[in-house]
Amino acid sequence: MIHQVEIRDLNFGYGEQLVLKGINLTVPKGSLVAIMGLSGCGKTTLLRLMGGQLLARQGSVCVAGQELNHMNEAQLYAMRRQVGVLFQFGALFTDLSVFDNVAFQMREHTRLPESMIRDLTLMKLNGVGLRGVQSLMPAELSGGMARRVAMARATALDPALILYDEPFTGLDPISLGAIGRLIRQLNDALGATSVLVTHDVQESMKIVDYIYFVSDGVIVAQGTPEEIHASALPFVHQFVWGEADGPLPFHYPGPTLRMDFGDERGQA
Amino acid sequence: MRGAWGHGLRTVGDTTLSIVGRIGAVVLFLGQILRHSGTSFRRFGLVIREVYFAGVQSLIIILVSGLFVGMVLGLQGFETLQSYGSSESVGVLVALSLMRELGPVVSALLFASRAGSAITAEIGLMKATEQLSAMEMMAVNPLARVVAPRFWGGVISLPLLAVLFAAMGILGGFLVTVVMLGVDSGAFWSQMQAAVDFHHDILNGVIKSLVFGVAVSAIATFEGYEAPPTAEGVSGATTRTVVSSSLAILALDLLLTAFMMKGWN
Repeated sequence: MIHQVEIRDLNFGYGEQLVLKGINLTVPKGSLVAIMGLSGCGKTTLLRLMGGQLLARQGSVCVAGQELNHMNEAQLYAMRRQVGVLFQFGALFTDLSVFDNVAFQMREHTRLPESMIRDLTLMKLNGVGLRGVQSLMPAELSGGMARRVAMARATALDPALILYDEPFTGLDPISLGAIGRLIRQLNDALGATSVLVTHDVQESMKIVDYIYFVSDGVIVAQGTPEEIHASALPFVHQFVWGEADGPLPFHYPGPTLRMDFGDERGQA
Repeated sequence: MRGAWGHGLRTVGDTTLSIVGRIGAVVLFLGQILRHSGTSFRRFGLVIREVYFAGVQSLIIILVSGLFVGMVLGLQGFETLQSYGSSESVGVLVALSLMRELGPVVSALLFASRAGSAITAEIGLMKATEQLSAMEMMAVNPLARVVAPRFWGGVISLPLLAVLFAAMGILGGFLVTVVMLGVDSGAFWSQMQAAVDFHHDILNGVIKSLVFGVAVSAIATFEGYEAPPTAEGVSGATTRTVVSSSLAILALDLLLTAFMMKGWN
């Protein structure tokens, strides 16, 4: 099987703190894979490593067979032309209109005539159902619309790999379903490979092919949505069913209640 | 006592090291900008756009300030020169003050507070909202696409603004001294024409404002690019831009004036 993304024995940290420990992960070509875990578990860091924004401290990250750690700046930029990224809040360029945002990469990286750029941009916007807002500025869009425009921009050059960072955050149920369907449709229509970082279990289970669960910097579970649904692992069960009690603590470690609310010797 | 001295000395040392480190970082950043300036010159429209935002939109404050500064110079100069019986020379005083010093320095200070802070805030906010990261992930270098055009926009705008500031100042001086106080118009202009040297006064003033333009634009873009991606971080960065730029302008002015008075050799 050909892998679009292949991560081997990856270690990464910020300063002394190790965020990812010994990660092994593959994303087969054409598939839609989700990486799930609690906030702060290292999901977005993993996505940034795949895009070459961060470099592995140990181990390897390969995209389309190329090891990112060994690339120079020019090679990294050449690789990124094949990658589309949807940032958590869209990251649309606020000084450009919707149309110019989507046309941005075409103007930067191709020598296409403006008439063709116009047609391609409108097609991309039509694909996400927003051809009608082409002249609006990003500030005039709702959160869901901005996310869809960002999807059109991320897929402007028909990338081979699309990375989605929390695409469902802060969306109403209708937009959430629409974005979910679009992610699947875009992946299949473009023949691309997609990696989705999210903690929205229910929505992603409907669209993805495979799921990795990350907790405390390691992959604790993986499988197809059916396998995850049927999993008896306490971590997966707690996460999928949103239970308060389980191996994942709700409270961040700290002094005992008695110490905070009682006296210094721990006497109430 | 020794402890307090030691602590004070350590604070001075830390602050000095931090300032020197910061200056070094700005110089390295300037080098990066120059290395990535190719796009700005190939697509000069990007720079023109920034000349509009940094230069054209600063015109009002520059012109109005220039007019008032010239008027005040005229008033002060007239009063002082009158006691020596040479009030006709007020035009020379106004023109030389504006072209050599006040034009470049005051317009640079105004430019730093109006356009410099805006450049920092814009780049800082682009960073905080991940627009710069998005650009990098689209294989577009933000240094080339965002920072360099703003830098060159500032470098081009400031000398032009300084010339306009000086011109408005001379007009202000003329209005006050000739129109209001009755100084002879012919003497005002002819003495000015005789005393002002193109190379020594006008060109040196333009060189000063060009150097200030490089300094202010480099500091403004550096502070925006390095701003912590939070509201507090961007706010702190804009403040640092105004403070650092103002100090840099005054320090550079001293150096440049000293060199120019010695004739550069």
